[in-house]
Amino acid sequence: MVHIKRLQEDGADILAVIGEIDASSSIELDLAIAKSVGEGSTRILVDCSALEYISSAGLGVFMSYIEEFQDKKIKMVLFGMKEKVANTFQILGLADLLHISLNKQDAKKMLNELSV
Amino acid sequence: MSYQYSIGCSLENLKGMRDFVRKSLRSHVASDVVLNEIILALDEMCSNLMIHAHHCNPDHRLEMSIDVPQKGKVVFEIMDDGEMFDINRFQEPKIDNLIHEKRKGGLGIRLVKSIMDEVLYVKRNGRNVCRLTKQVA
Repeated sequence: MVHIKRLQEDGADILAVIGEIDASSSIELDLAIAKSVGEGSTRILVDCSALEYISSAGLGVFMSYIEEFQDKKIKMVLFGMKEKVANTFQILGLADLLHISLNKQDAKKMLNELSV
Repeated sequence: MSYQYSIGCSLENLKGMRDFVRKSLRSHVASDVVLNEIILALDEMCSNLMIHAHHCNPDHRLEMSIDVPQKGKVVFEIMDDGEMFDINRFQEPKIDNLIHEKRKGGLGIRLVKSIMDEVLYVKRNGRNVCRLTKQVA
């Protein structure tokens, strides 16, 4: 249901999330982020351009890392969301708590400008 | 127009339910964003029931019906047996608390209440019925 591809670009880990994240598949997202962090990444980009759907289980995964990332000075930016997916983040006001950008170029810029 | 779907209480079955809702409402809901909101709210309701009321037992079933009584109004019913899981009884967690406690849950109820206009619970023939209403015009 969800497939996550990991690649590296300009010193950042890019996690491309493809498909749908719900209560049965959110663990995949959690494992992918944990693996990236576990291997020492401090700059993470989440490519959401092929993310078709996300439920609260997936939102909860992103939220669960907010404090840890602040403590460990890890920066994460999400980018490329379709309107319907971005709307899900907006309903809960999470767009203000996470770093979300329109496209990869802006996301990289945001990653460089973020202070943690 | 009305549509019905029966789903076993396994989280793996949520995708099939979402596809059913999308197909049923495609001609009734013009906005892709609103359609996704509706699908999201029903996904949250079903996953909550599966986890909290049925402990993900695939032999337990939820029956869903979608009714479009008039243009611009959609009524959903989710029926199940067992203990009633009434989301109106739960205090919505504050976002700040969710971050601090690192709870990967609790957001679903907030989503359902934000998206649906009304969430009501009744008993019918001894079964629990959760009725959700949404204006889509």
